[in-house]
Formats: sequence, structure tokens, C-alpha cells
Amino acid sequence: MTRTVAREVLLTLVVSALMIWTLPMLIGTYTLTVLVIYGMLGLSLGLIWGFGGILCFGQAAFFGLGAYTYAIAAINIGESTLPMLLAVAVPAIFAALLGAMMFYGRLGDVYLGVITLVVTLILFKFVNSTAGPQYTIGSARLGGFNGIPGFQTLNVPGDPGAYIWGDPYFYVCAVLLVIVFLLVSWLLRSSFGRIALGIRENETRMGLMGYDVAARKTVLFAIGAAIAGLAGALFANWAEIVTPNLFSLGQSAEIIIWCIVGGLGTRIGPILGAAGLAYLKFLLGQQSVIDNTLITGLILVLFVLFLPRGLAPAAAALIQAVSGRARRKPDARRMRRVRHG
Amino acid sequence: MDLSFVILVEILYAVASLVLISAGLAVVFGMMKVINLAHGEFMMMGGYVTITAVGLGVNVFVAMLVIAPLIVGLIGLVVERLVIRHLYGRLVDTMLATWGLSLVFIGLATMIFGNTTTGISTPIPGFAVGAYQINGYNFFIIVVSVLLVAGMYAVLRGTRAGLIARGAMQRADMAAALGYSPDRIYMATFFCGSALSGLAGAVLAPLVGLVPTSGGAYIAKAFITVIAGGPALIAGLVSSAASFGVVSQVFSFAVSPVIGEVALLVAAVILLRAMPQGITARLFKGKL
Repeated sequence: MTRTVAREVLLTLVVSALMIWTLPMLIGTYTLTVLVIYGMLGLSLGLIWGFGGILCFGQAAFFGLGAYTYAIAAINIGESTLPMLLAVAVPAIFAALLGAMMFYGRLGDVYLGVITLVVTLILFKFVNSTAGPQYTIGSARLGGFNGIPGFQTLNVPGDPGAYIWGDPYFYVCAVLLVIVFLLVSWLLRSSFGRIALGIRENETRMGLMGYDVAARKTVLFAIGAAIAGLAGALFANWAEIVTPNLFSLGQSAEIIIWCIVGGLGTRIGPILGAAGLAYLKFLLGQQSVIDNTLITGLILVLFVLFLPRGLAPAAAALIQAVSGRARRKPDARRMRRVRHG
Repeated sequence: MDLSFVILVEILYAVASLVLISAGLAVVFGMMKVINLAHGEFMMMGGYVTITAVGLGVNVFVAMLVIAPLIVGLIGLVVERLVIRHLYGRLVDTMLATWGLSLVFIGLATMIFGNTTTGISTPIPGFAVGAYQINGYNFFIIVVSVLLVAGMYAVLRGTRAGLIARGAMQRADMAAALGYSPDRIYMATFFCGSALSGLAGAVLAPLVGLVPTSGGAYIAKAFITVIAGGPALIAGLVSSAASFGVVSQVFSFAVSPVIGEVALLVAAVILLRAMPQGITARLFKGKL
């Protein structure tokens, strides 16, 4: 077990190092940075939806909350280290409260989706209407639909004068994504992760086995929100402005599409889906023949109809079929050994 | 006195527009269990059909009450045949596919009509009550939604088609065994649902400036109303529209319209937490 783990970590590090090294030669780092950030956002929903079975329609709420927390804190504090931490903590706490309300209320799938959607809308409407000068937090004006510009961007911890931007900022984001990816892998391999998988498969059974299903779902939901919040803070640093559009329905929709296209139940799928589709959107944005939204929508419909498991699992199955190697077998044998001693 | 009359009309109007917005979704989601996230876009198309028809010289009321529902219903029929019918019973998948459809419609509308606001003027003049001015069109919307609810009740309760539809939605295999084709019943019901959405969009079009993305404004409200209503179609629709309409309008008067909208959403979250199966799962049980 430990050897395969070590091998996987090593593989992850090597592949990501190669990508961080080569990709800037193909795509400008400015675009690449946002692709990495979206990848992290995709991973956050991929974790709670693909592995926890929680379909959250409001992942954008946590993304936006992270970005706004960062912006407001950065204006008030004038330094970026504490705001970054707050941008992770605030969405996590918010998600824990919201999740506790929903999961202890035993709300079903659809209702969960609708409540998270509604909460996103509440945030969107509220922030959108805060244009007046009376809406301030500390010395930061919320600015309504104009958003908040002009906050302190990322700096070297302890030295507010040393900004991190341009190429170094891309490396910071990419390394953070790798760290988050490894942490998620570790979480999924821990007993917490395996119980989460069990809850996804059969909630009643896990409840009967004595696990506190609601508490575990709440914690997983909060972890997902923390990752989304981190992505939001990085996005705020990249865009150097935060606007209510971060909370919009369109943004929420896109995150879900990334996960569907990339593949649910995989860690790499949502990341690739996010980066790939965001890049596609970037390319499509440069032409004006076909509307952008139309293509995104078509992709979603076609995937739901024809490839509901997403690209990553489909590709894996294809590789398996072509190479003819039964990759499942060792796993099954090991499982038997574990079960029967 | 005048003020209380104005407030009463405003509350009635808020309830009526919620009923109107949600009626099509109540049929598609409440009856057929298809989570139609493209509902708002069906309404948007109803609005555009009306505006286009009026631009071509058709009478406003004919365009709103006849042409828009028909055309949007036909579009719904095509959508059902192409996409929805493959996904019956897969709740989450219908949700995702219709979300994709809504994006497609927004994109198409943007390509056809452009990203600018269009609109038509309200065909009914306003009038004064004491020191206040009332929009006459509000009464039209109240009348339309009352007729709509009465019509839905009559069709579902009184006609054979309504009975068959309700039966097929509950036990499709049983309906098939009795010689009715569930496939065709689903098709017809989806047609009716999208036609109702088109009607709602058309009737509301003179009140709002129409842009391709204006469907998004309705979708959340419609879903909240239908879900909070619970299993009984019409009783649920009316009771939840009434409660949300009153809440949002009272807060709009007391604080501001934006707070009214937020209050509606907050009320929905609280209501769903208190009654996860909707109002009619606890009250008005067994009603239609």
C-alpha cells in the first residue's frame, strides 16, 4: 500500500513539474494562471460531488466569498498573508453552517441543489445592491455591481512591498494547486475519505454502521468550500478586482459543467475539464461568429446524453481496452486478500 | 385608505406573477419530475415571440395569449423529442441537460436578437387612486393568473385527458397496460408545460426590458415556488405563491425592493428547512 502511495505522489510531482515547466512555452502565463485557478475550483466541486455525492449548485458562492473576503481584508490590513488565510476560513465556516443546516435537516438531492442555488442568488443580489456609500466593512467599500478594485495583491509574507505578480504568480498558483491536489489525494485515502465514499454509495448503510453521516457530510462540504475560497482569493489577486459576477449563476453552471466534462469520481478530471473548457472559452472569445454560451451549452447537453461519465473515465476505459491489460485485477486480488486475510 | 388599497393590489400582483412564473414549471417539474432549468429561457422566448409578432403588426393580446404559447410549446415539443425523453427518471441528468439547453437558448437568442434590451409598451393605461398611481396592467396579470389556475384545475380535474395524464405520471407502466402510450402523454404534457411558460413570458414581457439572459431572473423564484409547494400541484402552487408573494411585498414596502427579493429567498430556505417535502406534504394533504 505505502509503495503505491509513494509511487503515485512521485508521479504526480514529476508530471506536474513537467507541466509547470513546459506549459508556459505554449500559453502565456497570464492565461495559464487563471486556468490553474479554475482547475482548483473544479477540484473543489469534484471532491464534494464526485466523492461525497453532494451536488452543490452554489460552489460559486464560496468562490466569490473567498475573493470578497480577500479583497476586503487586504484593504483593511494592507498585507496579504492574513487575508489569504481568512479567504480560506470564511467560506469554510460559512459552508459548515449552511451544510449543518441542510444535512441535519435531511434534505434530499434536489432540495440541496436548490438551496445552494438560492444561497448563491441571495449573495449575488445582496452584493449587487451594495453600491451605496453606507455599505462599508472597515475601510473597504463594497461597491455594488462595480465591485472592489485597488486592493493589496499578493506579497511575500512579512514584506508588504514585495509583490508577487506575472510569472512568479503563476508558479505560486501552480504549486498551490499541486499541494491541494496532494492533500485531496491524502484525504481520500484516509479513513475519512473512504467513509465519505461509503456515504456516497449508500447513506443509510453507513448510518446504520454507526457513522454520523450528517457530521461527515458537513465537514466534507466545508473542506470543498475552503478549496473554493482559496481559488477565489487567487482569482482576486489575478484579476485585481472582485465583482458580484463571481457569485453569478453562470459561474456556478460552469463549475458543474467542468466536473461533468472532466469526469466525476476522479481527481484529475475536474481539473482538466476546468482548464480545458476555460481555455476553449478563451479561444472562442476571440471570434464572434458563434456565440460562446451556445457552445458551452451544447457541450453540456451532448455530454449528459452521450458521455455521462465524463472524459477522464472514458479515456481510461479506452486506454484499458486498447492496451488489453486488465488493470483492475491486481486491485481485486488485493481486496480479496484484505478481506480474507 | 388609498395606501392600503394600493398595497393590497401590489400584494395580489406579486402573488399572481409568482403563480404565472411557476405554472409551467409546476407541470413539467411537479407532474413529470423533469427538473427544467431552461424554464426561464422558455419564458424569455415567449417574450421575444410576442415582441416579434407585435413588430409584424399582430394585435398585442393575440400575440401574447395565442401565438407565444403555441410557438414556445412547439419548441418545447422539439426539445422533448431530442433531449428530455432520453432522460426520464434521471433527475440529476435532466437538471444538467436542461441547464445546457438554457445556455444554448441564451446563445441563440443573443445571435438572433443581439445583446440589447428590447421591449413593448404596456397595452393598458394606468389610473390614479387618491394620490397614488396604479399600473392598470397589474390587474390584467391578476386576471390572467386566476384564469390560468382555474383552467389548470378544470383540465386536470374535469377532463379525461387530465385524468389520464395524472394517472400516467403516477404509474406509467399501469397506464401503458391500460392502453395509453406514456410516451405520447409525456410529450403532450411537456408541450403544455412549455406553452404555459411561453404564456407567462409573453404576459410579463411588457413589464420588463427583455434581454437574452432575462430568463435567469425567473428560474430561482419559479423553482422555489414549485418546490415549496410540495406534491399537490395546484394547491401547492397557490399556497406557496401566496406566502412568498406576501413576504416579498411586505419587505419591499418596509425596506426596499432588493430586500424584498432577499426576504423571499431567505423565507424559502427557512420554509424548506422546516418542511423539506413542501407545504402540501403537511397541509392540504391529498388535494390536487
